[in-house]
Amino acid sequence: MATLAEPKEASADDAFREEVRAFLAEHFPAELKGSNNALASVEGPTNESPAEKAWREAMGSRGWGVPTWPKEYGGGGLTRKQAHILNEEMAKVGAYNPIGGMGVMMFGPTLLEYGSEEQKREHIPPIARGEIRWCQGYSEPNAGSDLANLQTFAEDKGDHYLVNGQKTWTSGGQWADKCFAIVRTDRSDKHNGISFMLIDMKDPGVEVRPIQMISGMSPFCETFFTDVKVPKENLVGKEGQGWTIGKRLLQHERTNLSGGGSMARLMGSALSDVAKKYLETDDQGVLVDAVMRDRIADFEIRWQAFLLTAKRAMEESKAQGGVSEISSVLKKLGTKLGQERAELLIEIMGLQGLGWEGDGFSDSELSGVRAWLFGKATTIYGGSTEIQNNIIAKRVLGMLDHQ
Amino acid sequence: MAILNEEQEMLRDMAREWAANESPVAAFRKVRAEKPAEGYSPDAWSAMAQMGWAGIVIPEAHGGSDFGWMSAGLVVEELGKSVTASPIVATTIAASAIVLGGSDEQKAKWLPRLASGEIVGTLAVDEGARHDSSRIETRVNGGKLTGTKAFVHEADGAALFVVAAADGLYLVERGEGVTLSPRKLTDMRSHAEVTFDGAAAERLAGGGDDLLDRVLDRARILTAAEMLGMAQQVFDVTLDYLKQRVQFNQVLASFQALQHRMADLFGDLAMMRSAVEGGLEALDSGFGVARAATVAKAEANRVLHLMSREGVQLHGGIGMTDEYDIGFYLKRARVLEASWGSTSYCRRRFASLAGY
Repeated sequence: MATLAEPKEASADDAFREEVRAFLAEHFPAELKGSNNALASVEGPTNESPAEKAWREAMGSRGWGVPTWPKEYGGGGLTRKQAHILNEEMAKVGAYNPIGGMGVMMFGPTLLEYGSEEQKREHIPPIARGEIRWCQGYSEPNAGSDLANLQTFAEDKGDHYLVNGQKTWTSGGQWADKCFAIVRTDRSDKHNGISFMLIDMKDPGVEVRPIQMISGMSPFCETFFTDVKVPKENLVGKEGQGWTIGKRLLQHERTNLSGGGSMARLMGSALSDVAKKYLETDDQGVLVDAVMRDRIADFEIRWQAFLLTAKRAMEESKAQGGVSEISSVLKKLGTKLGQERAELLIEIMGLQGLGWEGDGFSDSELSGVRAWLFGKATTIYGGSTEIQNNIIAKRVLGMLDHQ
Repeated sequence: MAILNEEQEMLRDMAREWAANESPVAAFRKVRAEKPAEGYSPDAWSAMAQMGWAGIVIPEAHGGSDFGWMSAGLVVEELGKSVTASPIVATTIAASAIVLGGSDEQKAKWLPRLASGEIVGTLAVDEGARHDSSRIETRVNGGKLTGTKAFVHEADGAALFVVAAADGLYLVERGEGVTLSPRKLTDMRSHAEVTFDGAAAERLAGGGDDLLDRVLDRARILTAAEMLGMAQQVFDVTLDYLKQRVQFNQVLASFQALQHRMADLFGDLAMMRSAVEGGLEALDSGFGVARAATVAKAEANRVLHLMSREGVQLHGGIGMTDEYDIGFYLKRARVLEASWGSTSYCRRRFASLAGY
């Protein structure tokens, strides 16, 4: 079968693998081994150590943080196969990609598709080097799931827009340099009156207020715009094209939130390994509580099926090109399973798994609690499960609106 | 859908076309009404065999095409869509037991006849109503096999039984010492209790101590492929029905309550397909088969169970009628769900394999 046949370019791939190994040996600081914090994106920026800074710069200078993006904009220009090799080799030595965030996951791919040449040259390289933080200006107090109902208004003032309004759930807004936002440029047309523009978070008139969450973290903000001047060159695409561009970005968001990749790593060890630490086992190592054993196996089987689905979707989208419509299915399934896992995890640990702070709890127990609570957001943000169901039913299955 | 090679695409398209034209659900209704002795239409089976479908996992040297398990799964999936009555799964599993554990002589004797469809083979393991390969009373003494096997699939048409005895797998030909008692199940397919009373038996000596488990994993995965075809079909016809049926002056497909249930089923179907294709890929690569088989069968059980219930419910009253096809899927679903490992069995095995 296919797995047995080695392609002809094998030797070129081998050479690339050697190049990666040499690069890692020279640049990846041993002290960072396995230290990647998967919750970093919701915990906010920490003070970067010199080793972390050096590692980010080394990866950034090669463009390997965004391995498949075009070289001319600071990407790695690698083939998917090469990117896969890069990941494999990094995993072998406990290295991680130090360059991420919304710029990489959502905004970059969208700007590469819809941005002007000038915009790409200006905005993509700093993302590729990991030097800039972007945030997302989408949701509003009265336009959450009904996103197109947004009211933040950009008034045309000739050479610039004057933006007024309020966004909410701005992830990492307090740490961001810039914001990609959808704003209203025409009040008479719900969908075609929306434009996609880039706003500097340091500009006068931009104010953020962090929102404290049930998990105790404050990764989201309310963002207020009061007479913020946005130059015309910061409009992406045409005026009124914002809904189309914005939806495209959401496909990237869903794919990234689905849990196929990052969530799987976040989840770390198998649930059963944790269970064996906290629950009674017999002398064969079998969990004595048959009900818990059954529930854990049920979860692990479905989690396997989900990982296989994420892999299959990736292979299919590679074969077809572009982001697949199945991104809604992945987002819905991955977030649901992630929540199920977190619930099972705290149940396995008993009260030991519900510690909030202080003595008597391990770091993993305390972070497990926060992750369980924070995880409740996953089926709400990025298009709630109900919105994904609407998308699947209408766009994928062709089920109609009321006539 | 897995990324297929050209050969696999051709095979799938051929199976899809044949099933749609020559073996729609109407063909199953005909079999049900006419009750052929074998439990399937011999003409249909010989047409399948002529297309090479009986020998997909059999090496070329023994008359097969050796196209692999993904290919076998594609064909079985297409046949599952129209609940085609055929011994293709049973014969493929019996052949795989011989490929894995047979001597050169046994292979030369049986594989070409199985590959050509000349004879039908089947696997006889369980001795009770629930699948449990650890409880086997069947014994062999001096080449004579004695024991009773409950609910053997496709027994009515089988000329060759691959029988699990306490000390391994044996080949038993239909004939002296082999007695069948039909066991009509809700799916109206061939099932029988088979009593072996000193029947001549030849051991499958190769394939290792875990030969039975390896054969059962193949049975689990290929059965899951049939279940995948059934689940896909139930989903597709239910979606079509919701788009046509008008109530309260609206097509049912416009109601959000129904849209969200279909979106849920669509996600479950995606997981089932990935699990089944993962099982078939594991068989072709030879890596992680046992685990992949439990995942494939457990997901097939879970999703087809749900899909077959929702299929009837979403069709409303018409789904309760024999005139409508949807009931066939419900009835066959439960039989396959109970075969080669129920959901709880698969979970226990998954946990054991993972060491907890």
